[in-house]
Amino acid sequence: MESTIKHEESAKSAVINKNINLFIDNKAVPAGSGDTLLLAARKAGIHIPALCYHEKIKPHGACRLCIVEIVKKGKSRIVASCAYPAEEGLQVFTESLKITEIRKHLVELYMALFPYNEEIKALAKKYGLKETRYHKENNYCILCGLCVRYCAEVKKENAIGFIGRGTSKKVAFIPDSSYFKYCVNCMECMDICPTGVFPSNYGIERLPQTSDF
Amino acid sequence: MSEKEIKKISGLEDLVKISEKLKSLMEGKTVISICSGTGCKAYSSDDVHGKIVEELQKKIKESKTNADNIVIKKTGCHGYCERGPIMVIHPGQTCYLGVKPEDAPDIVESAINEKVVEKLLYKDENGSSIEKENDIPFYKHQQRIIFDCNAKIDPYSIDDYIMIGGYQALAKALKEMPPDKVLSEVKKSNLRGRGGGGFATGLKWETTKNAAGDTKYVIVNADEGDPGAYMDRSILEGNPHSVLEGLIIAAYTIGANHGYIYVRQEYPFAVKSIENAIENAREYGLLGKNIMNSGFDFDVKVHRGAGAFVSGESSALMAAVEGNVGEPRLKYIHTAVSGLWSKPTNLNNVETYANIPHIINNGAEWFRSTGTPGSSGTKIFSLVGKVNNTGLVEVPMGVTLRDIIYKIGGGIKGGKKFKAVQTGGPSGGVIPEALLDLPVDFDELYKAGSMMGSGGMIVMDESDCMVNVAHYFIKFLADESCGKCVPCREGLRQLLYIYERIINGQGQVEDLKLLEDLCILLENASLCALGGTAQNIVVTTLKYFRQEYGAHIYYKACPAMVCKPLIRYEISSDKCSGCTRCVKVCPVDAISGKPKEAHAIDQSLCIKCGACMEECPEKYSAIAKSTGIFEYEKEKEAVFADKGQ
Repeated sequence: MESTIKHEESAKSAVINKNINLFIDNKAVPAGSGDTLLLAARKAGIHIPALCYHEKIKPHGACRLCIVEIVKKGKSRIVASCAYPAEEGLQVFTESLKITEIRKHLVELYMALFPYNEEIKALAKKYGLKETRYHKENNYCILCGLCVRYCAEVKKENAIGFIGRGTSKKVAFIPDSSYFKYCVNCMECMDICPTGVFPSNYGIERLPQTSDF
Repeated sequence: MSEKEIKKISGLEDLVKISEKLKSLMEGKTVISICSGTGCKAYSSDDVHGKIVEELQKKIKESKTNADNIVIKKTGCHGYCERGPIMVIHPGQTCYLGVKPEDAPDIVESAINEKVVEKLLYKDENGSSIEKENDIPFYKHQQRIIFDCNAKIDPYSIDDYIMIGGYQALAKALKEMPPDKVLSEVKKSNLRGRGGGGFATGLKWETTKNAAGDTKYVIVNADEGDPGAYMDRSILEGNPHSVLEGLIIAAYTIGANHGYIYVRQEYPFAVKSIENAIENAREYGLLGKNIMNSGFDFDVKVHRGAGAFVSGESSALMAAVEGNVGEPRLKYIHTAVSGLWSKPTNLNNVETYANIPHIINNGAEWFRSTGTPGSSGTKIFSLVGKVNNTGLVEVPMGVTLRDIIYKIGGGIKGGKKFKAVQTGGPSGGVIPEALLDLPVDFDELYKAGSMMGSGGMIVMDESDCMVNVAHYFIKFLADESCGKCVPCREGLRQLLYIYERIINGQGQVEDLKLLEDLCILLENASLCALGGTAQNIVVTTLKYFRQEYGAHIYYKACPAMVCKPLIRYEISSDKCSGCTRCVKVCPVDAISGKPKEAHAIDQSLCIKCGACMEECPEKYSAIAKSTGIFEYEKEKEAVFADKGQ
């Protein structure tokens, strides 16, 4: 049952089996069975912001920027579009009042966490947010887990992992200090990082080594 | 009492036969059952047990008449933890509270002579003794169905469970009821999940049963992590077979051949008890291949948790059983369809499974006759906090909070004023005095902004600061969140910053709006229920106790005098006689003063430990705690009108 969510990879290779019709922002959109809402929207040219999504990796649902409102049997629900499977006749709203309100709060939270990402900047501008009211974190990692999941799922190396939990969760090489034992130095995790600052914490040489940004 | 000659039970007749035989063996015997639940153990009930055994042996050696007629039993939790160690003498149901090892000779002597030890009985407010367990107010207002057997059986003896009719529901289901019939009975019973969500158990079973695939799993969720809640532990420790029986029936209904019992690391006795139960059940052929010659195979493993609160969430729990990090995942495909190792998996709470044998034995109609139309049956609550009778109470759904707290709980400790009750653990909210007549069921608590949760009930009195309470729970959740999704991790981090500001006297007016905004975000955008319900404590404290937030923010005052940065200790120079006792006791040397001269506290050094106030002799009472509350009381209304509150 896990395979119900297909990834873009496979969706691209098969000439897309467009057997589902759903409505995104009142626009009829075709989707392949097993497509996620995010994928269906992107194919139809509708932009849904997302930071922890990558077409080669299984959905994670951590950044929550991709939330959309769906209406099913007259009931409205907020779901992460990166993982919710497309369903026949489903009504999806990417910019409803509720979504706008929640995403605006979320963007403000991101502005305290990592304000330099282009997507966050664009959303802040869109929602008219100039300054965040929250305590600014001096933490550049947003724990989207792209590096961890890319390393595990695509490279199959498992050189990076999460440590800790809750507010003290971190990304770390396994084991922390001798990452090269597992790391094959492909440096692809650097490109995938939405903050663009990933490697420096670990002293990888491609970016200038600085402790402060 | 071991009846090991009968092995491999083949059906209902065998069970009834064993039960009858054991009962006849026990006829005419006096049973001293000593509570050995964790609460009583902490009151050294094991010492009491040892002493009683010793005493009885002495009597038998002296060949006292009747001495060999006495049986001593170590049972699970009786519930009245406040007054432990507890002892009940059957068949008379004489209940002794607060038993000490030195009481053993009296108890054994009186049991032999069929007399009562007066000094150990419950005394009511008029000072008269109550002998029978069920007449004690704490027990009188309860309806004990699940918990009743705890006090009657030795949890380490499968024979004891069989004697009281155990495993007969399983025999009935396997032999007389096809899985569909069991399912329809459970659906009809309207049993709802006791773990917190209150999802219909029958529906959950049906989804798993109908899900595609041959391999299916059933899991018992015993990852009870709520602060102050321990009913699941007490069931597992006191009556593990009832959970096991419910689990086997669920597996049979769903078509699962493997099960897991996920017990949290912190419950070593529960693990021991359930592992022993599994072993005994295997010996009797109640687990394993071809259970009771029905052709149904089922076996179960115990999985010990690693100490994460979030692992109580179904998908996180399954990830943990698989050996992965206990992190919730997106559940747009339900775990009932794709759960453990992507196979259909049914997960229920300990108490939910413990209800199943009763439903099968007595029928859905009987079960529904207790409780409210929306929530049937009984629920065990762990009543803790500032209440006179703390312990585990089992009441029918729909009983009011007032009845639980005042009739069963015996009111507030020390004659103080009730302030609020926190239900449902960290995911729940607080309920103020105005809502005390609320009938307790899944839907009513939800409407009040709280939830049933797994049944935690923490009573708070006027000396509790609600801002501090909210801070405590938010801190708990910030530590226990898995940290996967941004709203939960970062939202809780920010909530914590705001609470720390407020209780440190640095709160801003804008902080209230920030709290509210974060609540909206947490509720709607979090990945799992931990984040989704984390806002309940903030929303309910803001809703019912907003003036306390106001006092902290506008007046830098903590009305309950709990938040240390906002209180100060002062010595009244009129009252102080200069005895220097406080000077000596102060750990940071903040008090200056010579003998016979009034002392003074240096506020910049004071750490507000309160040791001086405790030390100051009562005849002087020279040290007082203050927080600017008087000023606050006086101007409260005007200012609140001013600020538009």
